[in-house]
Amino acid sequence: RVDEWTDVDRKRVMNDIISTMFNKKFMEELFKPQDLYSKKALRTVYDRLAHASIMRLNQASMDKLYDLMTMAFKYQVLLCPRPRDILLVTFNHLDAIKDFISDSPGILNQVDETFRRLIETYNCLSDGEFQLIRQTLLIFFQDMHIRVSIFLKDKVQNSNGRFVLPISGPVPWGTEVPGLIRIFNHKGVEVKRAEFSTAGNYITPQREGSFELYGDRVLKLGTNMYSVTRPVETHMSGSSKNLASQAKENIAPNPLAKEELNFLARLLGGLDIQKPAGGESGFRLNLFTTDEEEEHAAQTRPEELSYKVINIEATQEPGRRAELSRILGELDVAEPRPGSAEKGEDLLALMDGL
Amino acid sequence: SQAAWCELPSRVLLVLTSQRGVQMYEADGSTMVFWHALDVPELLAAHSVFARGIAAAGGRFICVGTSFGAVLVFDIPPKGTNVTLSEVLEQHRDPITDIAAEQGQAPDGAGDLVTADDSGTLCLWSSGEEFTLLGKIPGSGCTCSSVALWNGIVAAGYGNGQIRLWEAGSGRIRAQVSAHARWIYALDLAPLTGKLLSGAEDSFVHVWKLSRNPDTDDIEMQHCHAECVTDTQVCGARFCDPAGDTFAVTGYDLSEILCY
Repeated sequence: RVDEWTDVDRKRVMNDIISTMFNKKFMEELFKPQDLYSKKALRTVYDRLAHASIMRLNQASMDKLYDLMTMAFKYQVLLCPRPRDILLVTFNHLDAIKDFISDSPGILNQVDETFRRLIETYNCLSDGEFQLIRQTLLIFFQDMHIRVSIFLKDKVQNSNGRFVLPISGPVPWGTEVPGLIRIFNHKGVEVKRAEFSTAGNYITPQREGSFELYGDRVLKLGTNMYSVTRPVETHMSGSSKNLASQAKENIAPNPLAKEELNFLARLLGGLDIQKPAGGESGFRLNLFTTDEEEEHAAQTRPEELSYKVINIEATQEPGRRAELSRILGELDVAEPRPGSAEKGEDLLALMDGL
Repeated sequence: SQAAWCELPSRVLLVLTSQRGVQMYEADGSTMVFWHALDVPELLAAHSVFARGIAAAGGRFICVGTSFGAVLVFDIPPKGTNVTLSEVLEQHRDPITDIAAEQGQAPDGAGDLVTADDSGTLCLWSSGEEFTLLGKIPGSGCTCSSVALWNGIVAAGYGNGQIRLWEAGSGRIRAQVSAHARWIYALDLAPLTGKLLSGAEDSFVHVWKLSRNPDTDDIEMQHCHAECVTDTQVCGARFCDPAGDTFAVTGYDLSEILCY
């Protein structure tokens, strides 16, 4: 139960998880140009991160946590005023993370390193490139309509699971408030102005958010939703029927995907996982109000929403490495996937280093 | 990925674009007529490569844009599968966003095709055995996401919610509208009436009327109608008839097509 934890425990879990996530090797792997991870792969990485410390979660709580994170992130990406604001959202995330580990200079440094890398890699991208990134992310989240209590209460999500898109407030930086038609003659001189009105109620924005290491981001998306204590509930009844067909697509096992996951798990598992003193199994986080409720949630979770997490065996048998090379070898004969050969070599090289 | 019907005098083809390249099908979807794979240079492996922007031009060609900025021109035979890559137009330096062919009557010297890219640059072409570049309108840093061409008027929708009308012949700006509060995804034109439809992420769809004043030769633009698709980011908007009396709308996370 969460109320048995001490501040020391909380701090420890926070530090462990954050230092695992911002591990140099892991970040290097993430920054390589690559396709979006599959839903299974992402969920597995997430599970691994959540268990990077002495905290444990049962399947039901883990599912709930993942649902929450998924919907929160979908909301942030969807509501970005400009495509490049997804970078500001990321900076908001990092600012909040730095606050959690503000008295651990080593980890703070890791986070700052990643921050600098993000600035270096992404600040120069065009609007079109950001929109492509955003569209790719939105396709990943398409048809997910899990209802989240905090969003329902704040009237940010409707009871059908869809997010509220406001038609008022500041327009994005670089956009004009809609309503003006300007006509120019063949010499380029403005000869007429006309106005039109709509149901929208927009205003001019005050200033642009900062893309530097430190600065006022202006955008509130991506800031800590839980800065005030809030309930952590999600509802799955009434979710879209489309989710069922999506789940079916993901069932066919892809051997290369599994090897990729094993690699990532190894990468994450390569660090010292803190074992709690006295040989206990560690502290368990339950996202439901009682253990019984958690158990019940696990049993009644709709089939189409189960994540079918792949079991990871974090071993370093040479047999596994051979299997990976065999799979990659086979790829050359079939339809060539651009970049996969290079990726295989990198994976093997990195595995040698672990 | 995109899908578009390309109407040529002799046949109608369904053209699909994706990360792999271009596919063309017979109108009933029964056979694949042609397939063109995009050449991915080694150094671009794992970077995004795709085809985007489709238009039928000159009664004989189908033009498809690419993320390299090149526009592929395919010569389409009246029947059969003997489609050939006739030309590669290399005037854009940024990924192509949209391509549009003249839907009305082009005035002299105005060209019959417009191509747009991520930087907002527009190129005007005259189609033929060899396509001729007639003019280039430089972008001002904002992505031009969607274009239409009618009676020598280029209608361009931008990522910052603006619609601009350009004179195709001279390349001069003739109208500027602060039309939407978010990224414009779709523009469509009804050739019989000059109605323009715009759909954007701000949930709004607007209907405008374009016309030319015969005395001053000024281009007129009026706002006719606004529709708000509540809580939906509009991704597609098209007139259902050439006069623009009805239109259809699609959106993100929306499994329905809404008709107005």
